[in-house]
Amino acid sequence: MTIRVLAFARLREILGTPEAPLELPAGASVGDAWDALTRRRRDLEAERSSTRAARNGAIVAFDAPLSDGDEVAFLPPVGGG
Amino acid sequence: VFAIVRDPIDPQKLERVVGSGSGGVVTFLGIVRQTAGDGRPVTGLFYEAFDAMAIREFERIAGEARDRFGDVTLAIVHRVGELRVGEISVAVLAAAAHRAAAFDACRYAIDELKSRAAIWKQERYADGDAAWISVQTR
Repeated sequence: MTIRVLAFARLREILGTPEAPLELPAGASVGDAWDALTRRRRDLEAERSSTRAARNGAIVAFDAPLSDGDEVAFLPPVGGG
Repeated sequence: VFAIVRDPIDPQKLERVVGSGSGGVVTFLGIVRQTAGDGRPVTGLFYEAFDAMAIREFERIAGEARDRFGDVTLAIVHRVGELRVGEISVAVLAAAAHRAAAFDACRYAIDELKSRAAIWKQERYADGDAAWISVQTR
């Protein structure tokens, strides 16, 4: 299946793009998507504990399952205002 | 009015939209400071947002403010992109029949926005350095 990954702020910088398609095996979870990205960019590893994930716009746990066409956003700690 | 915008924020326009027909409007404007939290001189700030999630959080916060403080109309507008010192980064307006609810709702909304909305801020320093600032690093 193919999902769409969004990354913001520091994570976007490490990944080198705000948005990328990602090919994953059937049954993959949000955490599997993160691990696949970490294999591409080792610097992501240190960000894991502070990162939250949103699937199709709603915050989910890293063990949440993915379906073909899902959008997964990885969010570093926020700080607007 | 709940929005993420790229152009300068016009608070007077928002006051006209939100305040018409109410007894009072409280407006909070966040403005880019000259110095960072640690005292370093800043040339400006860069903001980015996950627009859809941020706007949904604005709406949720406004709903909570109404539950807590009663009949209040809120507007929350945050700007993204490159901002210079002195520019408005965020406007929170609360309109109500009486001032207490308007003050309380405005304070609640800006406090919650900072820790919850999908918005990120990078300080850009005079020496060319830059750092992402979150609620945790502050």
